[in-house]
Amino acid sequence: MFLDGLSPERRGTLRRMDHELTLRVVGAEHRLSVDSRTSLLDALRQRLGNTSPKKGCDHGQCGSCTVLVDGVRVLACLTLAVTRDGSEVVTADGLSAGPPGSGGDHPLHRAFVDEDAFQCGYCTPGQVCSAVGMLDEFARGRPSVVTGDLGAAPELDDAEIAERMSGNLCRCGAYPGIRAAVARVGREREGTR
Amino acid sequence: MSETLEHRAIGADLPRRDGDRKVRGTAVYADESPAQDPVYCRIVQAPLARGRITSVDPAPAEAEDGVLAVLTPATAERLADTSDAEYAILQDDEVHFRGQIVAAVIAETFEQARYAADLVDVRYDEQPGDTLLSADRPDLYRPEQVETGAAPDTSEGDVDAAVAAGPARIQQTYTTPMLHNNPMEPHATTALWEPASHGGAGSLTLWDSTQGVHTVRETVYTVLGLDREQVRVVCPYVGGGFGSKGIPHQNVVTAAMAARAVPGRPVRLALTRQQTFSLAGYRPPTIQQVALAAGDDGRLTAIANDVVEQTSRVKEFAEQTVLPARTMYAAPNRRTSTRLAALDVPIPSWMRAPGECPGMFAPEVAMDELAHELGIDPIELRERNEPDTHPESGLPFSSRNLLACLRRGAEQFGWPDRDPLPGVRSHGGWWWGTGVAASVYPTMRMPVSEAEISRVDGRYVARIGATDLGTGTWTALVQIAADALGVAVDEVDVLIGDTDHPMASVAGGSSGINTWGSTLVAAAQEFRKRFGDTPADGDSARAGVPANEAAERYAMSAFGAQFAEVAVHADTGEIRVPRLYGTFAVGRVVNPRMARSQLVGGMTMGLGMALYENSLFDPRTGHVVNHDLAEYHVPTQADVADLRADWIDEHDPHVNAMGTKGIGEIGIVGTAAAVANAAWHATGTRVRDLPVTLDTVL
Repeated sequence: MFLDGLSPERRGTLRRMDHELTLRVVGAEHRLSVDSRTSLLDALRQRLGNTSPKKGCDHGQCGSCTVLVDGVRVLACLTLAVTRDGSEVVTADGLSAGPPGSGGDHPLHRAFVDEDAFQCGYCTPGQVCSAVGMLDEFARGRPSVVTGDLGAAPELDDAEIAERMSGNLCRCGAYPGIRAAVARVGREREGTR
Repeated sequence: MSETLEHRAIGADLPRRDGDRKVRGTAVYADESPAQDPVYCRIVQAPLARGRITSVDPAPAEAEDGVLAVLTPATAERLADTSDAEYAILQDDEVHFRGQIVAAVIAETFEQARYAADLVDVRYDEQPGDTLLSADRPDLYRPEQVETGAAPDTSEGDVDAAVAAGPARIQQTYTTPMLHNNPMEPHATTALWEPASHGGAGSLTLWDSTQGVHTVRETVYTVLGLDREQVRVVCPYVGGGFGSKGIPHQNVVTAAMAARAVPGRPVRLALTRQQTFSLAGYRPPTIQQVALAAGDDGRLTAIANDVVEQTSRVKEFAEQTVLPARTMYAAPNRRTSTRLAALDVPIPSWMRAPGECPGMFAPEVAMDELAHELGIDPIELRERNEPDTHPESGLPFSSRNLLACLRRGAEQFGWPDRDPLPGVRSHGGWWWGTGVAASVYPTMRMPVSEAEISRVDGRYVARIGATDLGTGTWTALVQIAADALGVAVDEVDVLIGDTDHPMASVAGGSSGINTWGSTLVAAAQEFRKRFGDTPADGDSARAGVPANEAAERYAMSAFGAQFAEVAVHADTGEIRVPRLYGTFAVGRVVNPRMARSQLVGGMTMGLGMALYENSLFDPRTGHVVNHDLAEYHVPTQADVADLRADWIDEHDPHVNAMGTKGIGEIGIVGTAAAVANAAWHATGTRVRDLPVTLDTVL
């Protein structure tokens, strides 16, 4: 038990550094035993086979590994898995219009495709998760460094989106498309509130 | 061949066929290819620029939990062909550059491999590294040719006499730094050696992140001494390459060697971001001495670019920086030269528009300086020096719409009525300026590729071992095949990214669509010739890429014009680019949205070259000290403001059946010059050494 994603041959090799924890990933509960050095990103990719989040730098510098942990955008490569015992993790693949894992497209999935907001696709799942987290932060009225009036609700303009999405690098340079996709979904949200 | 296709699907604004997989993260990249019980390989790198390994003790690593094998120069397999020294991995005790692979650890888990790699005890006899590029080195040499096969030097007339005669002249030295491609997906391979297959001789499967599966197979089977059929390379998706995955680098061969050390176990070898800075190639730094001379009428009498650049001592790479000066402008006296310094540095390789990109920065800034000296508008200066034929070969251009791009771009950008004076526009605490530069990229078609088209379950299935780096190949080739067959895109599937498909050229030199598209058109013609318009299931035809006879009669290039608006903060020197517009002439555009993304992406990387990117090389240690994405600054979302790409409607009947010229690289060519010229217009300070940073303009 506690060894999801690990073959019998390999179980014997894990001894000294192991810790047990529970992760809920896109609605499914996993009990697993991980090396204390294992990042949340490697736990997802190498142990649970969820390769939606990507490893672009492993140092929290590029944003490709961004996932939602308990609803907040998090760099999975800078998060040790053992520190997230009991957490709910949602990856880009698990996003949908309804609750995570309920199937179908999230509006950001569609907006990214329609705006051609990517080329190689490697940073894209992180961009999508980051956009979900960012729009939620925005809806809660959290200011950014470019927000002029800290007392008023921020406007979802290009400068706000660009500032809040700058933790996610895209070497293909799809930034204008990403901005357009996030703005479109953000505006739709505002229109429905 | 002339443009022969009726365009119905070509030019359609279709979404990417792989879009859904990419936005969800279910597109499969090399490090996540399906593998039963994968093991992990971690490389050990030399921490010195030059020296000799005196001993390697793997025992501390081997004693760790989960460690399966440690490859060292003493234990690694002997390779069959090391004529390309980049692939002579673990074959002797020489250290040629800092970061060279000196050992590799294979372990059951990623964490175990990473930890154990630090325990491999390697001792060295360090020798002084020779790592510093300068134009004064006495040992500079002329390579036999530059990377394209072109001559390193050209000379016509007497440049020095023309420059002495003037009356207008520019003689300046410009430099571009070492730059790293930095695709978001670090180089990665999953490798499996199955000793019992292929009649007991064994077979090797590589799921590799590459710009050319067949290119990787050719290298790997040769280096390992296998039969070609023993090696299969699979790569449906690539997380960006920009040239750095154009040829296999040391990591790929190391992954293959590791797999052969643990038969039956899939080995995952993903370079770390830091490791890519010494192993995955880079754009070498250049020192360019440009001379321009012109009469008062603005007509150039001389153009010269004398280039000094570096290669590694272990393997020559001669960046074709001299090429743009041979193509852009008419002038009776002309000279280009290439001199290399062979240093104890990592091996340079391709980075987006190799040669063309750094080789346009210097001449296009020099043209801006000449325009100022003559008191002629920079666009007008280029109009007066537009050649009737290729300036060196004398061949007519198949199409050349540089001036159309400059004029259309000027109109869209709002260039007319520009005050040419530098350093006079200040408002809001910022100095404002605008700049322009030209873009160019040669139109290429590779000589080898093959495609097969078959009728399968009532659909047309084309197979070709091509690659999609994010460029849109999965979609664009469907559009071309549909038009070539005269059917709707819904009836066509195109399969790429696997050496089980016919041989295809590398995705490089902006040649992919030109080459693979021409191949698909030839295969479709063969298919229709043999089976007509009502083929039966199972009907199948193959064809190779046709040669382009027109290439002997015409010079072929894409052109463009880039316009930048720059704001420099009066107190801090912070440099912003509120607007960056590009207008291009790239032949037929197969898919507008994907073309725009590529051009915008190229310009964005050009913005990085202009303002941010600089691999800081410590000559004492041979080390790129800013070897990660926190310190090697690529443009971020907030750095890119109003950045647009557009194109003119260009019909070129000579380039290929589709009328395409290639668009992957031209977007980065000229961008840095446009930004640097705008920074001068804003501040009056001329920066000739990239990147343009706040300390250089204040």
